[in-house]
Order: sequence, then C-alpha cells, then structure tokens
Amino acid sequence: MIELKHLYKSFEDKEVLHDINAVFEEGKTNLIIGQSGSGKTVLMKNIVGLLTPTSGQVLYDGRDFVQMNKREQVLIRREMGMIFQSAALFDSMSVLENVMFPLDMFSDKNQADRERRARFCLERVNLKGAENKLPGEISGGMQKRVAIARAIALNPKYLFCDEPNSGLDPKTSLVIDDLIHDITTEYSMTTIINTHDMNSVMGIGENIIYIYQGQKEWQGSKDQIMGSTNERLNSFIFASDLFRKVKEANENA
Amino acid sequence: MNMILHRFLAAFGQYLMLMGKVFSLPERWRMFLKQYVKEMSQLGVDSIGIVLLISFFIGAVICIQIKLNIQSPWMPTFTTGYTTREIMLLEFSSSIMCLILSGKVGSNIASEIGTMRVTQQIDALEIMGINSASFLILPKILGLLTMIPFLVIFSIAFGFIGAYATAFMGVITVDDLTLGLLHDFNQWYVWMSIIKSLFFAFIIASVSSFYGYTVEGGSFDVGKASTNAVVRSSMLILFADIFLTQLLS
Repeated sequence: MIELKHLYKSFEDKEVLHDINAVFEEGKTNLIIGQSGSGKTVLMKNIVGLLTPTSGQVLYDGRDFVQMNKREQVLIRREMGMIFQSAALFDSMSVLENVMFPLDMFSDKNQADRERRARFCLERVNLKGAENKLPGEISGGMQKRVAIARAIALNPKYLFCDEPNSGLDPKTSLVIDDLIHDITTEYSMTTIINTHDMNSVMGIGENIIYIYQGQKEWQGSKDQIMGSTNERLNSFIFASDLFRKVKEANENA
Repeated sequence: MNMILHRFLAAFGQYLMLMGKVFSLPERWRMFLKQYVKEMSQLGVDSIGIVLLISFFIGAVICIQIKLNIQSPWMPTFTTGYTTREIMLLEFSSSIMCLILSGKVGSNIASEIGTMRVTQQIDALEIMGINSASFLILPKILGLLTMIPFLVIFSIAFGFIGAYATAFMGVITVDDLTLGLLHDFNQWYVWMSIIKSLFFAFIIASVSSFYGYTVEGGSFDVGKASTNAVVRSSMLILFADIFLTQLLS
C-alpha cells in the first residue's frame, strides 16, 4: 500500500501540488487522472522519488520514502517497476537483454536462471519470438509490453505506469490495460497508473483519483465515476462525445 | 560579465557534483566490466581507423612541408626527419589527435547520453535504484583512458610511416629520414605525449558526458549539447595543453 499525506510540491514560487492525501491499495489498479498540466506527472515523480516533495509524506507500507537516506531509498526502488510513457527501453540492447537488465543488476541467480526468468516474463506479455529484436524494430505496443516485462522481472511490490497507452491505438491500449490489470491481481502489486484515457478509467479503474490544478478533486471507483456530481470531474469525463452519449443513453434507459 | 562568470561557476559546480556521483564503486562488477569492454571498443577501437588515416597523411604532409620550406643546403640532412619526429611526438599525436577525437568521441558520448536522458532511459535506471551517472559515465571515462595510450602510439607510428611514404615519392631519401627520426631521440617525449593524452581523454569523456547527462528538452537540445560538448572539450584541451606542456617540458 502507498499512502500520500499532505503532499506539496512547488517549483520556485509556483505551487504545482497542493495538500494531496491519498491511499493506493495493494492488489488494485489505482488511477491518477486529470487534464494535461494538472500535475499528474509531477505527482507520479514525487511518489517514485524522481522529484522530492516540498513537504508531506510518501509512505510505502508505512515507510516514509522522503525521510529515508539514499541507501534505504535504493532498497525501496528495487521493489518498484515502472513503465514510462515512451517505454524507455535501452535501445542498444535486444528485447531479451532489456528484460534481463534488472536481473543482471540485482539478481544473484546464475545466467541460465536469469535468462529463464526473462523469457518467462516475455511469454507472460505474449512476446515470445521477439527476444532478439532491437526496440527500434518493434511496434509501439510491443515496446510497451517489453517495458511491462522488464518492470515485472524482479517481482516488484509496486508498479508505476506513466500514461502507458499514449501513442497506441484503442485496441492495443485495451491489451496493455488488461495486461497491467491481470499482472496487478496476479502478483498482488500496488499499481498506480497515470492516464487521461477514459477507456482505461472505465476498463480497469478500481480506485481513481482526479487531480485538478494540483489538488485532489475527487476519489472513487469506475462504478462511481459516471454518477459523480462533481462538475469539474464531469467536464473532464464528458469532454468526449462518446462518453456524453453513453451517459445520455444510461439516463434514458 | 558577472552573468557569464555566474553561469560558468554554476556549470562547474554541477560538473563537480556529477563527477562526485560518477566516481563511486560499481554496483555490479559483472555489468561494469561488460560496459567497460563495450566502451573500449566503441570509443577506442572504433577510432583507430580515423587516427591511422589522419596520422599517416599529416606525417607525410609535415615531411613534405619541412623539406620544401625549411630544408636548405646549409642545414644538416637530418633536419626534415628530426622536425617531423618532434612535431608528431610533442604535439600532433597527443594534442591535435585528441582535438580530432573530441569531435568524434565527444559528440558520440554527448548525443548517446543526451538521447538516453530525453527518452527517459536515465530515469528508468534511477527508478531501478541504479546510480545512472556512475553506470553510464565511469566506463566511458575509464574505457577512453585505457585506449588513448594505444591511439597515441598508433598515431606516432603511422605518422612516421606517412613520412616514409614521401621517401617513395622522391621527396627525401630513406637514409636521411631515418637519420632524422633517430637523431637526439628523447624517450621522455613519448611518455609526455602519453601523459598529456591521458588528461585530454579525461576531459573529452567527462565534459561530453556532463553535457549529455544534463540535457533538458528534446532532440534539438541533444544536438546543442553535442555541439557544446565538442566546443568546450576542445577549448579545455587547448588550455590544458599550455599548462601540461609547461609542466612536463
């Protein structure tokens, strides 16, 4: 479980995050949604430690990441997996080498076992046969799946996904969403996904936090979101014609 | 003026802090050695071709120029060979060769690390709990430091071979050239050349890595960082050359 308590972040005089309090539960897909520029990515970077909050706490199973020394932070980081918006695969390495990389760095298993584990992770994301390809030779969806395989190679307790569907077609996005959701349940991870894709929200949003101008505006599940009376949230959700029509259809029914 | 000084000091401070992060013990020696060997190949072995080519032609051209412009009946016949040797040993094979390498190797390092930065590959390393600065930069610095003495020696050798090639064109006789190359030979000049090149190699690898590592933005900024890396490391090589020459002569 990851808990945020009174989290603030400012860049010089500009306050980007204001008093964020939230709980991200284990074994659930937790979504952070909001418009571009609302502070989602800054929030995610504060949670994973790529940025340091101005004040507040980021608790990993009760352990405050902000107060930890470098060594303790490194140990927590080894329990994290992250899927970046751009996949962030090492382009000089093959697909298999990318997935093996965290194992090569931190696992004490022998070469054969490490390779076996990497191949298992690639099979888990349906990428058998692509082991020797370079990231530049595979599609965006496949790159995201390699990133997922790399992220789960060390059996992380916490999985972070920064806009995992960005640049993907709706069908591939569904595949990625389902994969992240299945893996989260299977390994009982605490997963946090940063997104503004409403299909993901309605598909896998078990715990959703809506950020508006750096503040937590709303929290609930995908079942509650359509019936929300929060105007700012509604203007975000129903900005798309499709969802407006779905809502109208629901109301008429 | 104050602004320029402030920016210089800020950049220098950032550079020192980065070097502090770079020089730490590798987390996994197996991975470090793999990276180290890769960098020796990429930065050193892949540069052998251009070093040999340039050294050969410069050796030949220096020999021709000296013969045509300095050699006269009132001068000893070994003058051309002697001067060619001194130029190759004292300046070309260390300083000028490193200036050339700062273009090839420096832009390679800055653009590689810069692209990793803008495509979040460095963030991915940090998230995994890896000291990205040490993991990426230390093997590059040590790899280039290991390979540079070989490149200097190859450069000296091919400069002399280039000079001998002019003998076959009839510019100078092989005997005169050999006499000049052996005349009053001071072994220290070879060591001086190698010592200087070690400093220059450190400048090329560390300064270029700094510009790549601190890139912010996109591909345009990577290009800019790459240019800055080459310009700044070339300038530093020239400054360092003055001090090192004074110190080692």
